[in-house]
Amino acid sequence: MAATETNNRPNTDEGGMGYLQSLPRRVVTVYLPLLIFVIVLLFPFYWMTITAVKPNLEMTDYANFNPFWVVHPTLEHIRYLLFETSYPGWLLNTIIISTASTFLSLLAAVFAAYAIERLRFSGARQVGLAIFLAYLVPPSILFIPLSVMVFNLGLYDTPFALILTYPTFLIPFCTWLLMGYFRSIPFELEECALIDGASRWQILTKIVLPLSVPGLISAGIFAFTLSWNEFIYALTFIQSSENKTVPVGVLTELVRSDVYEWGALMAGALIGSLPVVVLYSFFVEHYVSSMTGAVKE
Amino acid sequence: MAVPSTAIQPRPSMFSRLLSRWSESRNALGFGFMLPAAALLLVFLTYPLGLGVWLGFTDARIGRPGIFIGIENYEYLWSDAVFWLSVFNTLLYTISASILKFALGLWLALILNQNLPFKSFFRAIVLLPWVVPTVLSAIAFWWIYDSQFSILSWALMEMGLIDHRINFLGDPENARASVIAANVWRGIPFVAITLLAGLQTIPQSLYEAATLDGASRWQLFRYVTLPLLTPIIAITMTFSVLFTFTDFQLIYVLTRGGPVNATHLMATLSFQRGISGGQLGEGAAIAVAMIPFLLAAILFSYFGLQRRKWQQGGGD
Repeated sequence: MAATETNNRPNTDEGGMGYLQSLPRRVVTVYLPLLIFVIVLLFPFYWMTITAVKPNLEMTDYANFNPFWVVHPTLEHIRYLLFETSYPGWLLNTIIISTASTFLSLLAAVFAAYAIERLRFSGARQVGLAIFLAYLVPPSILFIPLSVMVFNLGLYDTPFALILTYPTFLIPFCTWLLMGYFRSIPFELEECALIDGASRWQILTKIVLPLSVPGLISAGIFAFTLSWNEFIYALTFIQSSENKTVPVGVLTELVRSDVYEWGALMAGALIGSLPVVVLYSFFVEHYVSSMTGAVKE
Repeated sequence: MAVPSTAIQPRPSMFSRLLSRWSESRNALGFGFMLPAAALLLVFLTYPLGLGVWLGFTDARIGRPGIFIGIENYEYLWSDAVFWLSVFNTLLYTISASILKFALGLWLALILNQNLPFKSFFRAIVLLPWVVPTVLSAIAFWWIYDSQFSILSWALMEMGLIDHRINFLGDPENARASVIAANVWRGIPFVAITLLAGLQTIPQSLYEAATLDGASRWQLFRYVTLPLLTPIIAITMTFSVLFTFTDFQLIYVLTRGGPVNATHLMATLSFQRGISGGQLGEGAAIAVAMIPFLLAAILFSYFGLQRRKWQQGGGD
């Protein structure tokens, strides 16, 4: 149950030997570096936001306007993005593709993880290792052969090209994460159910799955975020503007010749980031604990 | 589980029926349960991996299957200065970015491990760069690195530290430093949060005991924190190295490999030759050339993890 360990840790240690440190020392060793880290890590987002609402005049005139602030905020860039480009279509594509590939991967991963972790068929360990290795195969070495396959299968330039290829990195990841969760469910529960005459299917759907809802949620969020962020497959397998996903669309369609629409670009980046940020902020505790749990376990 | 159910026939209890049912059905059930995942992975992962290796030995182009030409692609790459430059760039990028990510990530983790107010708030915002799509944050960096309107140049000039704009992405050395900085920015949160999880499993009592024994702060870190953190550091950094080595998005957005190929990584070169240039065979060969490096990292990870019973996948 290492996944939730960080949360359930007894609070008796809280603070530890912190009282041994004087306040000035803490300011220099803790608060100041932390402040710098936070500023550096958040500045690009601030800059993205401020540029997205800045009129073009202020954006390039650093002599008369302080670039760190905006005097006359405008929604012009966002209006342009939403009504004069294909952006809403890309957003919709990304949502459909991410949702479909997430569901597909979760479904496959639940069965696989349960089989490896609990059915313990002969060779389960080797299969587990293979899944782990599959996670380490990067898209950067698969996209050329996959593009040939996608073309030959007639999937080129369709959402299915992405829905079917994203599981290559989602399934190993979800399986791996869910295996950790299934391991934390006591064997005894399943044995009881077996004795009561439950079938494996009933055990999975009535005992294991309800108990691993937190795991399913975090695996789902991870998978959704990963497919939302995916770039190289979407860049390679999708040609027409109306089928593109947000990251590819913003980069390839909003950047025209040498006139950069920085305001619209930043608005596009901001709106494209919002769904995952919102999703993640709702489940941040799940997210952090499962991410750390997945690595730690 | 090899106990034959016949061996306990004298008393056909519920337990033995259970056993026989298990041993009969487990493999069949396991096969059925593995089927969806295995089918998808075999078709879209294992097969393309093999196809990629095969393509590397052919002269395939987009729209033409290509024929077997032996190791001609590799011979060509061997004498191609741009390819070797991309190998050098990839190694430079991976090594320097990983070292920086590790050092800064560990530092941030140590800070976050202190008893801070708004602890979970800080943990949450620190993760942001990692959550946001790389391409979109890279676009923000592109604007930050703009040759004319770079906010960094402006701020430094206002402070009087430099007297002319920095050409972030136009100059080979600057461009390398800039993409590494952007990669480090994105990678710090992952390293910091995973190491933080590791730090939180170290019992406070060890620090108290060491302090009573007169250990200095550095000694506490060197002889308590570091040894207990090593397994997690090994896992985290293996992942970090793997993902940095195969990075594509950041470079593609910021420089597309330029200026004069100074930031071309193997992945971006493979895309440029294979997809943009249409030379599928050559692109595949470049991608295959990444495999030995990846294998080295994976083997390192495997043996590093084995000491702790291969924790991820299900040590018994």
